[in-house]
Amino acid sequence: MNWLLVVVGAMVGAPLRYLTDRAVQARFGPAFPWGTFTVNVAGSLVLGLLTGAAVGGAAGSRLQLLIGTGLCGALTTYSTFSYETLRLAEGGARLRAAANVAASVAAGLGAACAAWALGGLL
Amino acid sequence: MTAPHRPEARPVRAGQAPVVAAVAAGGGLGAAARYAATLWWPTGPDGFPWTVLLVNVVGCAVIGAFMVAVTEVWSPHRLVRPFFGTGVLGGFTTFSTYAVDIRHLLGTGHPGTALAYLAATPLAALTAVWLAAAAARRALRGRHRLAPATGSKGGARA
Repeated sequence: MNWLLVVVGAMVGAPLRYLTDRAVQARFGPAFPWGTFTVNVAGSLVLGLLTGAAVGGAAGSRLQLLIGTGLCGALTTYSTFSYETLRLAEGGARLRAAANVAASVAAGLGAACAAWALGGLL
Repeated sequence: MTAPHRPEARPVRAGQAPVVAAVAAGGGLGAAARYAATLWWPTGPDGFPWTVLLVNVVGCAVIGAFMVAVTEVWSPHRLVRPFFGTGVLGGFTTFSTYAVDIRHLLGTGHPGTALAYLAATPLAALTAVWLAAAAARRALRGRHRLAPATGSKGGARA
């Protein structure tokens, strides 16, 4: 049952990442990996909210597996984030590569912290 | 990254259904593998999150080699990259758990561990993707003629 929850959540999260990335790239172009940035920050926000709620007893372990481990885990990605950073650096855009890392970590952590506090109020 | 024959960022069409399905199937597999890793090698709630760090670093190394193979050496079936790169590796690695684990370590009075984890993950992940891509280029060069690298076009579907 736990496995099923993780897999089902991920089977929603991964295509959601793909489609979000396409939509964001169509809007903002390929110069900066805004698509991956968007899904990573959004996923960190949702997981922060869920974990804050779980600490306060408002979210159960099944919801954590489905939405946390499954959906948020697959919605966000470290592999594409790293690969896109490497491509920026290899293409000579070292400043943008560094900015991608700094902005993703700062925004992801900021979103997780703010949402955790909010989740604790639930 | 997008295959050169595919225009960048077209609106999603009905023909995208097999790609979306491949991403979903791969994502389910990748996430199950990540879940298995956390069950097999559990880390204490207040300890350094070694398992997720290793999962992310391994996923980054694999994508480095994989992307060199599919963009510079081979032209695989059009569903290989969505399934394995976007799906399996994207589902295996996670950014949200990384961010939330740092928040957890900060909240439980482990700022040193939180800071070490915050810095170690991107450092190790970027080193892994860089070394794996370079190693793959070396290993595959000679066996296959390298096509010129396509431009950096980004995309969470890599």
